[in-house]
Amino acid sequence: MIALENVTVRAGTFSLCGISLEIPKGQYGVLMGRTACGKTTILETLCGLKPARAGRILLDGRDATYLKAAERGIGYVPQDGALFSTMTVRRHLSFALEIRKASRELIEARVAELARLLGIEGILDRKPPGLSGGEQQRVALGRALSAQPKILCLDEPLGCLDEDTHHETCALLKRVCRDVAVTTLHVTHSMNEARKLADRIFRIDGGAVTLVSGFPNA
Amino acid sequence: MALPVERTVSASRRTRAEATTPHRVRSDVPFVVGLCILSSVYVLLIAAMLLADLSFTTPGNFLAALRSEEIRYAIRLSLISCSITALLSLWIAVPIGYLMSRYPFRGKAILDAMLDIPIVLPPLVIGLSLLILFRTPGGRLIERFIPVTYAVPGIILAQWMVACAFAVRTMRTTFDQISPRQEQVALTLGCSQSQAFWQIVLPQARRGVLAAGTLAWARALGEFGPILIFSGATRMRTEVMPTSVFLELSVGNIEAAVAVSLLMVMAAVVVLLLVRIFGQTEPLKANRI
Repeated sequence: MIALENVTVRAGTFSLCGISLEIPKGQYGVLMGRTACGKTTILETLCGLKPARAGRILLDGRDATYLKAAERGIGYVPQDGALFSTMTVRRHLSFALEIRKASRELIEARVAELARLLGIEGILDRKPPGLSGGEQQRVALGRALSAQPKILCLDEPLGCLDEDTHHETCALLKRVCRDVAVTTLHVTHSMNEARKLADRIFRIDGGAVTLVSGFPNA
Repeated sequence: MALPVERTVSASRRTRAEATTPHRVRSDVPFVVGLCILSSVYVLLIAAMLLADLSFTTPGNFLAALRSEEIRYAIRLSLISCSITALLSLWIAVPIGYLMSRYPFRGKAILDAMLDIPIVLPPLVIGLSLLILFRTPGGRLIERFIPVTYAVPGIILAQWMVACAFAVRTMRTTFDQISPRQEQVALTLGCSQSQAFWQIVLPQARRGVLAAGTLAWARALGEFGPILIFSGATRMRTEVMPTSVFLELSVGNIEAAVAVSLLMVMAAVVVLLLVRIFGQTEPLKANRI
């Protein structure tokens, strides 16, 4: 479950006050809004990359307002993928588990499982500079899911894909999020994406977040 | 007299007619030729200087200089001190560059300006300032344990004071060019800031580290003013290659001075070539994948 309760956040001169939203466990929430309205700021605050000045952030019922990003158990996919340019795809999928000092067998099994789930078995030994946009997004998604987070945050993950790849990745997202049962917050400005994926649609306008559509797929 | 509506219609016709006329662009040749002429002035001057040096000396002079015990000592001391200076510069430049690139804090602009002081100060002033510093009680205390003034550690310190500033600037630019987004992702994956730095940022900054180290090494090799003031120019003791050039010139042995200068040029060219070759290995590999 993701819950923001009257959260205030500031990024330079930009600020948002009294932001509240709730996504029940295992559901797919989409946050929509115009460019530069604060969607990414909300996502970064949820991930612990920006501090909340006031209010509470609850993740699976636990107060995570003051937890470090590393302790929140969130898988994060930024807009540009932000793949680690010096690492192979395999290393991307194993990185979070290596940090947690997981055993080699567990890491290998998880990498194979994720590669199969995302259809990236053939590119495991390649590095990001040689990957297409769709492949990069799959790798970024795999990396975010590798430590089996309960929550997934996606920042316009389909923004820079061509129409066919967009359609494919959309279907993949829907399937993967259902299969691994994560609670997801997906930021976008595309109503088409929201309609395809969301259980709940939120809109941010004039600094306020409102629920515009609840449980259409539930 | 034409009515406003008629005027508008005729203006719009004119615009349409102009738009359909093929647009002609002037030749790019004068621009490119201008660029080449201006660039070649500087490149030719560098080449002419080196050729003049080469024509001034003979292989015999060169070998005679290499046979000199004092010059061999200066070469050895230069190579060792420059390598230590380059390593020390990186040791400081990497954390300062990262700190300045990633963290906002009060007084950052002042610190940024301070870091440039060794670049803008005349080298002699740096030497003099170091000399005065080691006349203070703190400096004397250090000298009790390690002799710095007019000794080899003083050479390294004088080289480091200048070379480090260039390394800091290079590292700052390197870290500025690496998006912090990847570190943020690493934090969400469970990394501490230190793990994100060592595992994500530093591997990406590898070429910047190499460039900073090379720059520091090359700056240290050419450093003369601060060394002369702070460490003196004692043969077989505090003599580095630029000191040799100065000492040989001062006794009128221009051939030896030119030979040592050419050795310095060769050392610098070898280092630059090594860096270029080493620096290009990675992208070639990446393209092959």
